[in-house]
Amino acid sequence: MEKLYDVAIIGGGVIGSAVARELSRYQLKICVLEKELDVCNGASGRNTGLLHSGILSGDHKLRTECCLEGNAEFDQVAEELDVPFRRSGKLIVGFGEEEKLCLEKLYEHGLQCKVPGIRMIGADEIKKIEPNADGETAIYVPSAGILCPYTYAIALAENAAQNGVHYHFDQEVTGIEKGADGNYKISTVKSHWTARWVINCAGLFAYRISSMLGFGTYIPQRVKGEYEILDKKAGKFLSIPIYPAPSENGDCDIHITPTVDGNVLVGPTLKEIGDEIDYSATQEKIDEMMIQGARLFPKHVKREYFIRNYTGIFPYVVDPVTMQRVDFQIQSDPHISHAVNLVGISTPGLTSALPIARRVVVKVLEQEDLLPNPAFNPIRKGIIRFADQTDEEKARLIGEDPDYGEIYCRCECVTKAEIKQAVHNILGVSTVSGIKYRTRATMGRCQGGYCETRLTSMIEQELHRDAKDILLNQNGAYMFVGKVK
Amino acid sequence: MNRRDVVIIGGGPAGLAAAAALKKAGIHDILIVEREKQLGGILRQCIHDGFGLTRFGETLSGPEYSQRFINEVKDLQIESITNATVIDLSNDKVVTIDTTEGLLKIQARAVILTMGCRERTRGALAIPGTRPAGIYNAGVAQSYMNLYNKMVGKNIVIMGSGDIGLIMARRLTLEGAHVSAVFEILPYPSGLPRNIEQCLNDYNIPLYLSHSVIDIKGDPRIESVVAAQVDEKQKIIPGTEKEFPCDTLILSVGLIPENELSLSAGVSLDGRTKGAIVDENFQTDVPGIFAAGNVLHVHDLVDFVSLEAEKLAEGVSRYLKEGSLPEADIPVETGSNIGHVIPQKISGTRDIQMSLRVRRPVKKCRLVISQGSHTIKSIPMPKAIPAEMIQLQLKADSFISKEPVEVRIDE
Repeated sequence: MEKLYDVAIIGGGVIGSAVARELSRYQLKICVLEKELDVCNGASGRNTGLLHSGILSGDHKLRTECCLEGNAEFDQVAEELDVPFRRSGKLIVGFGEEEKLCLEKLYEHGLQCKVPGIRMIGADEIKKIEPNADGETAIYVPSAGILCPYTYAIALAENAAQNGVHYHFDQEVTGIEKGADGNYKISTVKSHWTARWVINCAGLFAYRISSMLGFGTYIPQRVKGEYEILDKKAGKFLSIPIYPAPSENGDCDIHITPTVDGNVLVGPTLKEIGDEIDYSATQEKIDEMMIQGARLFPKHVKREYFIRNYTGIFPYVVDPVTMQRVDFQIQSDPHISHAVNLVGISTPGLTSALPIARRVVVKVLEQEDLLPNPAFNPIRKGIIRFADQTDEEKARLIGEDPDYGEIYCRCECVTKAEIKQAVHNILGVSTVSGIKYRTRATMGRCQGGYCETRLTSMIEQELHRDAKDILLNQNGAYMFVGKVK
Repeated sequence: MNRRDVVIIGGGPAGLAAAAALKKAGIHDILIVEREKQLGGILRQCIHDGFGLTRFGETLSGPEYSQRFINEVKDLQIESITNATVIDLSNDKVVTIDTTEGLLKIQARAVILTMGCRERTRGALAIPGTRPAGIYNAGVAQSYMNLYNKMVGKNIVIMGSGDIGLIMARRLTLEGAHVSAVFEILPYPSGLPRNIEQCLNDYNIPLYLSHSVIDIKGDPRIESVVAAQVDEKQKIIPGTEKEFPCDTLILSVGLIPENELSLSAGVSLDGRTKGAIVDENFQTDVPGIFAAGNVLHVHDLVDFVSLEAEKLAEGVSRYLKEGSLPEADIPVETGSNIGHVIPQKISGTRDIQMSLRVRRPVKKCRLVISQGSHTIKSIPMPKAIPAEMIQLQLKADSFISKEPVEVRIDE
């Protein structure tokens, strides 16, 4: 394998993939080194899936600037990358005098940041916008939207791959050295790589790469957020995300968010976990979500609608001196040539991914001239979702490929044709959850009870895998110990 | 658009039995739609025996039991399509089917819902802990082992004492796995007594009653569960937590009738059964749409599924011949210690079969059916347990008025 690259991007989350995609506009040999077996397995795939407006980014200037920019352009981005997206707007609701004051303060802040179209509204208008929401006062934020976070990250990665970027999985970086030839020698758990440039997009672990490269030292002060996913039966009753008034440090506790696919998310609960990585669900937080969820979305947050829980971790870091959370950091340093360091990229990272990526490109262009890639194509097409098509279109698809005539996942109405395309994805991902994120198979209320056996058989047959080598989502997550007899 | 007298959604035990009975009643234009590649439904993976004692008077394996009905359907020349999934059912009985031949739309005069049920999942229970590989619903593990020749694990813990979980405890043991514990949150087993005996006791597998799994540990593969004792309100008793190492957790925590198509057709469901509200003809509140088997209420034995579906055929056949069925304006209500009852409403004009389950086990009680102050029936029972469905027949002339019928257990 040719292992000399112009650019090695560390981390295949939404930021790494956005950077890969934006750099693929130029004539560069680019790779993404990802520690997991798929893209967006860290913070990028475990969040609320909100296109933020910028109102909640506090005093962080770059965070706010990137968010506003990313928000404004997203209709076009969604179109180019074939990412389901809805500009739903958002309600930040308050109960009582204290929360009203808090909202008024936030509203003023929003005006100063030029968040477009925001309005203070009362109970009547809240009910008009969303009859199933509750609250006495609210800020209505029309520019906010909802999108599927992993679909977006996968779309960016696939578009990058289409434009020549190589993705290498299972490549946790263990060391970086600068050789005498000026090239970076990057050691991973699996291999060694050489690149002229290194871009640190390592998300939750960016602080480590930052130290390896010689950029600043940051201390992770991560925040764990637990979520519950509700059945689409609850989704029918919610058109718009509902946030509570933020706490003193600007964090919004448990909110209610419709997903672009029709489910409802309750969460995240917030808990500071320092430098830990902990994705487990806790009874305490599940109970908390029931109570707080029912406050914002009465009658519909109930146990019979629970489908699944998940946990995300906000990759906040603090400055070792001030011990304050840092703003987005997009750093280059004349003493550390050919490196761009991204740290503190937490929420709204999804909204800000492309604006951040463009700023990275600027940093690269400051140090060297790049020639445009004449073959660059910004358009990426996702797997056609059979479930979303009209009957005429469904009939046409079956006519083209009879595999559309076999439903593999009944809850989400995903066909064999879609599963097959996902198994042969351009990034070469072969985990069961990789198929799930690309098709929604197993994401419905039966959680794979019907289709998981079919997915594993498809991986076995199409990729000529032994059943023992089929992984749920990561190394060691084996699904079978062998044959029965 | 194609037209059919009857479309049967689901070619499992209920659908097959309904089809054969309808044909024998003189209805010829029938289509069975089955999403799997073969008829037979969930029985295909139930390779253990114990099926058929009531219906056939002998004990059969699941595939043997279903084959009898498949053969009958074939002999009667009833049409079926397999590898075909119904993706929509409308209120006016248009059935949309996804097949490799194309998207079929069929206007049915009557639709029979026999889609069966699905398993409750870990997510639905919101069990705390990590999300590792190695957590399987009992039916999924059964499918992997019996249909796909894939072994799911070696050191097993089972949550829930539902029948499939018990069957899988034995199946896994026979295949060389070690089953260290079965936890049941209730103070009594959910599965049938015979399965407790034959699947757990015969293999010395401990059953922990009033215990629940409260935490799951391990990542990327499950490494242990924490189980604890619960009180009568199912609250954890502090200090009783105990960790059980395992590489696999099997869940057998309940079945939910699969009624998404019923809902799309506007059929009203019963919050207790999670199945349709039906009258004595098994007709739902959408005229011409009928339901039987596990899609209507979860049964204990497949024999009763078949018998119920055969019973349903009488009503469907009358509906097709007469164009409508008598209005069911007498509600059937659940009284003390009754979990659910089928039918939920009756017309009072015809003999009925009633199916019900008690909420909690009782000994020496009476099952009482009454209408107002009038007792229709009072049956002494040595015992009644939730795991076993109770059925009884009532004559049309037992119903003396339009007052609600109440079913209850008197202790």
